[in-house]
Amino acid sequence: MKAGTHRLSGNEACAEGAIAAGCRFLGVYPIVPALEVVERFLKRCPEIGATFVQMEDEISVLAAVLGASWTGKKAMTVTSGPGFSLMMEHLGLGVMLETPCVIVDVQRGGPSEGMPNSPSQGDMMQARWGSHGDYEIVALCPNSPQEMFDFTIKAFNLSEKYRIPVVVMADEAVGHMTDNVVIPNKIELVSRKYYKGKKDKYLPFLREPALTGIPSMVDIGNGYKFHVTGLTHDERGYPIMNAECQEFCVRPLMEKIRKNVDEIVEFEEKDTNNAEIVVLSYGITSRVAEKAMDLATKDGIKVGFLRPIVVWPFPEKKVRELSKKIKAFVVPEINYGQIVYEVERCAGGNCNIIFVPSKSGAVHEPEEIVNAIKMGIKEEKREEVIQVKISNQQ
Amino acid sequence: MPNSPELWVINLNRMFEIKFAGYGGQGLIRSGVIVGKAASIYDNKFSTMNQSFGPEARGGACSSQLLVSETKVLYPYVTKLDILVAMSREAYEKFEPELKDTGMLIYDSDLVKLKKMRPKIKLYPIPATRFAEELGNRIIANVVMLGFFTAITKVVSKQAMEKAIPDSVPERFKDLNLKAFNKGFQHEKQIPKIPKFQNS
Repeated sequence: MKAGTHRLSGNEACAEGAIAAGCRFLGVYPIVPALEVVERFLKRCPEIGATFVQMEDEISVLAAVLGASWTGKKAMTVTSGPGFSLMMEHLGLGVMLETPCVIVDVQRGGPSEGMPNSPSQGDMMQARWGSHGDYEIVALCPNSPQEMFDFTIKAFNLSEKYRIPVVVMADEAVGHMTDNVVIPNKIELVSRKYYKGKKDKYLPFLREPALTGIPSMVDIGNGYKFHVTGLTHDERGYPIMNAECQEFCVRPLMEKIRKNVDEIVEFEEKDTNNAEIVVLSYGITSRVAEKAMDLATKDGIKVGFLRPIVVWPFPEKKVRELSKKIKAFVVPEINYGQIVYEVERCAGGNCNIIFVPSKSGAVHEPEEIVNAIKMGIKEEKREEVIQVKISNQQ
Repeated sequence: MPNSPELWVINLNRMFEIKFAGYGGQGLIRSGVIVGKAASIYDNKFSTMNQSFGPEARGGACSSQLLVSETKVLYPYVTKLDILVAMSREAYEKFEPELKDTGMLIYDSDLVKLKKMRPKIKLYPIPATRFAEELGNRIIANVVMLGFFTAITKVVSKQAMEKAIPDSVPERFKDLNLKAFNKGFQHEKQIPKIPKFQNS
């Protein structure tokens, strides 16, 4: 798409972002409310020479995406809650095989089929812990169509750099919102490292430095012979079943993210310096929080605003640092409590934590958050998370 | 309270909360897209649109909500409507309570039968679907409506709309759409400035 200002919905912007990032493979099992991403990508397929595959379910979708990525394509899939659940198995495989790919989860009300056309932030913990075993994941939370475009590109860059599946945790509200999207003239792209040495010397999981290095990939189909498996493997990619190899194989999956956390973590903050209350929110909720902050500031309350742009890994340091200076964190979420427990963990009892659930399936109203801010000023120090009553239950 | 629509806008120069509502297939989401585009790309304002629709492709209740503002739109939903554009009786009955006491109701006079209204709500009827049929295609009823909407509310400029409409429709329907837009725009002259209160 030409550089300039366009009028796009969040989902369309996501597809355009993927195309701009160089994504040339989309694997999909269709699902509301992520369908417009597919529509847009499909329309553009012939002109950009991309491949589109609709598989029989989301399990095989992610398998196809991982396969496409190993052939050298930048690959992506889009889904929503029910599909994301099915993808958990191969999300783990993607992490284990250190396969760059992007998963866009346009969250809808759950559990199970839930509410297809309503926004939700109910998959936040699933993105972090959904697959079995130990791993680190990177997840981004956009709050506007512009960010759907920008963050999809950012997700590809992070996934290529760290060889990891990156999740874009959007939601129905952002996906179906139409706004201006500015496409810049120049977009910075990152590509995976390729091995250029002798063909018979290639080791697919060789890392330098040992723990935090990112292994190189090869241009597949050009005579490289190697093995990859979801079993615990050594640097050749062969399965070896012992504790040393588990340590060799799995620990770097954590370390490559944890050691680079300062580089990956990204957040937006406003007026946190003198704040008594900080509203911590992400995704669509952060827009409401910003509005609530404006309203509360007019009432003379010192409110700050913190928005994790990268939600996983969580901005622990920042939250810990702020918790020592403020009276309370106010955490609004469109779920019944997920990220708020992460905030509680990082705050470590330094300040109050006030959780504002939403009438599930609806974005908060600014007043709900303003009330929670006012509550935070008055409330005595408490040990447990303080939950604000949902406005429709008295 | 001034009765001229022009003064109405000048007095309330701030965020506008607008809803286009009717049945799926009437082009209501498209209407939101076009006005949003005109306002934010060609009039240099800020606008954000949201949509809601049922599982049906056509015939179900459908609406788009649009916020037009001089500053960045943070909260992306409408709370109290300034303007309701109703293209079905069901939509009118469902969303009329969301209108401000001094709001504006623009409606398809052939499809919507009014109930007793709050006294200060301004009413602007137009037989948009009939006009569209006279122009040759009922599908452009929403564009007739947009012409009328532009003339009455002045939330967006006519020039901006005339750029945004051809951008948003297939090439071969451009002329027809512009014709429909003008038909609606001209209709503003046909109605008295202070519409009479209609009681069913």
